[in-house]
Amino acid sequence: MAVTPPEQRIWWNEPIERVELVWVIIAFLWGLFMFGFMIAWHFIGQQNLSKEAYRIAPSAYEAKVDEFAKKFQVREEQGIPVVKPQAGTDVYLLGRLWQWWPILELEKGVSYRIHLSSIDWLHGFSLQPVNINIQVHPGYEHVISLTPTQSGEFGIICNEFCGIGHHTMTGKIYVTEQKRAEAEARLPGGR
Amino acid sequence: MTAETVIGAVPAQAEFRACQYTGLKVDTAAQALIKANAVAAVVFLAIGGLMGLLVALTRWPAVHLLPADWFYLILTGHGANVLLFWIIFFEIAVLYFASAILLNSRIAAPKLAWVGFVMMVVGAIATNVAVLQGDSSVMFTSYPPMKAQPHFYLGLILFAVGALIGCAIFFATLAIAKEERTYDGSIPLVTFGALTAAIIAVFTIASGAIILIPTWLWSLGLISDIDPLMYRVVWWAMGHSSQQINVSAHVSLWYLTAALLVGAKPLSEKVSRTAFFMYILFLQLASAHHLLADPALDASWKIVNTSYMMYLAVLGSMVHGLTVPGAIEAAQRRNGFNRGVFEWLRKAPWGHPAFAGMFLSLVFFGFIGGISGVVLGTEQLNVLMHNTIYVPGHFHGTVVAGTTLAFMGATYLVLPLVFEREILWPKLAKMQPYLFGIGAAGISLFMMGAGTLGVPRRHWDITFSDASLGFAHSAGAFLMMGLNGIFAIIAAIGGIIFILVVVGTVFFGEKITAGHKLTFPLHAGGGAVASHYGSEKAPKLPGTVILVAIFFVCFVLYYFINWKYLSELWLFR
Repeated sequence: MAVTPPEQRIWWNEPIERVELVWVIIAFLWGLFMFGFMIAWHFIGQQNLSKEAYRIAPSAYEAKVDEFAKKFQVREEQGIPVVKPQAGTDVYLLGRLWQWWPILELEKGVSYRIHLSSIDWLHGFSLQPVNINIQVHPGYEHVISLTPTQSGEFGIICNEFCGIGHHTMTGKIYVTEQKRAEAEARLPGGR
Repeated sequence: MTAETVIGAVPAQAEFRACQYTGLKVDTAAQALIKANAVAAVVFLAIGGLMGLLVALTRWPAVHLLPADWFYLILTGHGANVLLFWIIFFEIAVLYFASAILLNSRIAAPKLAWVGFVMMVVGAIATNVAVLQGDSSVMFTSYPPMKAQPHFYLGLILFAVGALIGCAIFFATLAIAKEERTYDGSIPLVTFGALTAAIIAVFTIASGAIILIPTWLWSLGLISDIDPLMYRVVWWAMGHSSQQINVSAHVSLWYLTAALLVGAKPLSEKVSRTAFFMYILFLQLASAHHLLADPALDASWKIVNTSYMMYLAVLGSMVHGLTVPGAIEAAQRRNGFNRGVFEWLRKAPWGHPAFAGMFLSLVFFGFIGGISGVVLGTEQLNVLMHNTIYVPGHFHGTVVAGTTLAFMGATYLVLPLVFEREILWPKLAKMQPYLFGIGAAGISLFMMGAGTLGVPRRHWDITFSDASLGFAHSAGAFLMMGLNGIFAIIAAIGGIIFILVVVGTVFFGEKITAGHKLTFPLHAGGGAVASHYGSEKAPKLPGTVILVAIFFVCFVLYYFINWKYLSELWLFR
């Protein structure tokens, strides 16, 4: 190194290569755009996860879900109640070892306040094949306003590891087409 | 106050040898520590890698190798052994190399460094024992209220304290080198990058201690309750930030390998160092990446945290994505490969496994791990992929195709230069980075594909054959998981070759003597470039500009495709 001319010794005084400077500016602006787009989606987008949540004892949540299922049960499937709540009401779904309970029957184009909680371990609410994935904690009641935009039969699987039966933890949501007259009455100018 | 009085009983005398290839002064105490940590790293890579193969073969629906209890057990062990033990042992070796060796210094307190090493080994064994006993299959993340045996957590805590001692030795060695004036001016860039890694490691280990110590006490019955959401917030300040140690470490190794093999200097020290500095300031914010689909957390916190404060840390990585290939292009043009736009790249030392490992790591980390990481970490887009197998797809792109491949490449430098053994089976060694790299890139991409189709992570049976309410994934999802299995086999072959070559070389490789000509030679003067401060002068980089432009276009397209997917989901707010 003795033959090379002395180099500058303080790194923050070094010049910046032009090509680097251009790339730094492009990358910085792209980062700024992506940052802004997350904020913007809260205003222009229809898919933003609610932060509405309440502390609740698992036993209290279980009681609420039981009451809800009794009130709106329409039939039974493999011993699990199928529950068809009134449009626009609060809907309770419970994650436990190892099932999502009860089975829900919703109407397309109607918004429901879906409550999610677990009574034992962490679970992962994963609506398939739609692919909406939400973490479910015991002790926290998470409330999401959900509007199905497709009709048919949908699976709920668990995608947070919850012990040896994790891969048997499933649930179901049916979405039915609503009658047109009802839809118009319910959602003036709706989707 | 001298460094000695700060650190305690440090032997002022150290034995050195001179390296005939790099001209560096090598402290033999540091050399022994580097060897020990590298050997431990490779042992845990072998164990964890084998576990990874078993996991992939079980998740291949047509093979479905292990029963459910073994699958969850092995998956827990896989995470701990490769993500933690392999990588951190290797990083401690990198820290000792980047301080003592690159600065021509003696290492601080070698005896204390050995204490740290023993703690890490004991901790890693304790955790492995807990996992193999079968009642700690809680996954690497060990979310409460799911409980593992106390020695599962205690092993992790011991390991972390040992690693913290390693970081302290690194800082103390920097202090000694500065005081004893073993180098002039600023520390070299590689050491600067390692310093970044060590600083992030201290933050990470502190977060780990804050959450794992109470969790350990809880497993002993001394604490009644651990809040699961609080656990996830703090645990991920360790879990994700520790991956930023890897990023800093492997980016440092990219610069090191480029310097040693083609004589590459950074385009400008200022830009490359600022990019590392961005990591210290912003990368460790990342715990929100795992909490974007959790209840009760505010969107403004999520947005600032998940974007590492307006993507300033991503900016750091994007800068390295230009400056590393740019430095190589500039050096290669200086070396005479100046024709056309890409002669520098075509005539790069592709037959040198260290170079192949480094360059493939750079490409895969950027294109697969980097882009998918930003998309996955976008507040709203996360709902599309949270806890699906897309997540392991992403981090196999970063820590396997990125970090592990870079570390494997660096090992081909460590063997001749530190172990002083000639690499056994050079033909196998030449193929190894390609096999492992293609396998790792394949598993990353196919897991990401399957995750996009909804396949869950950490799941034994995606046919749901034992579930009371059945569910069927699409045929495409099964195809992706099958391809994942095939590429896992390719990666495993690459991994086995790596282990064979390393173990063979350490025990049976020809002992390197004075005047020996290396099978995989270094660039003349590469050692001086790596260990000295200095920027390239006025380079022309048409090839790098094209590569970076391709990267940017891919990034932007993939980003918006995912917003389109999101906009087609059911509505929720």
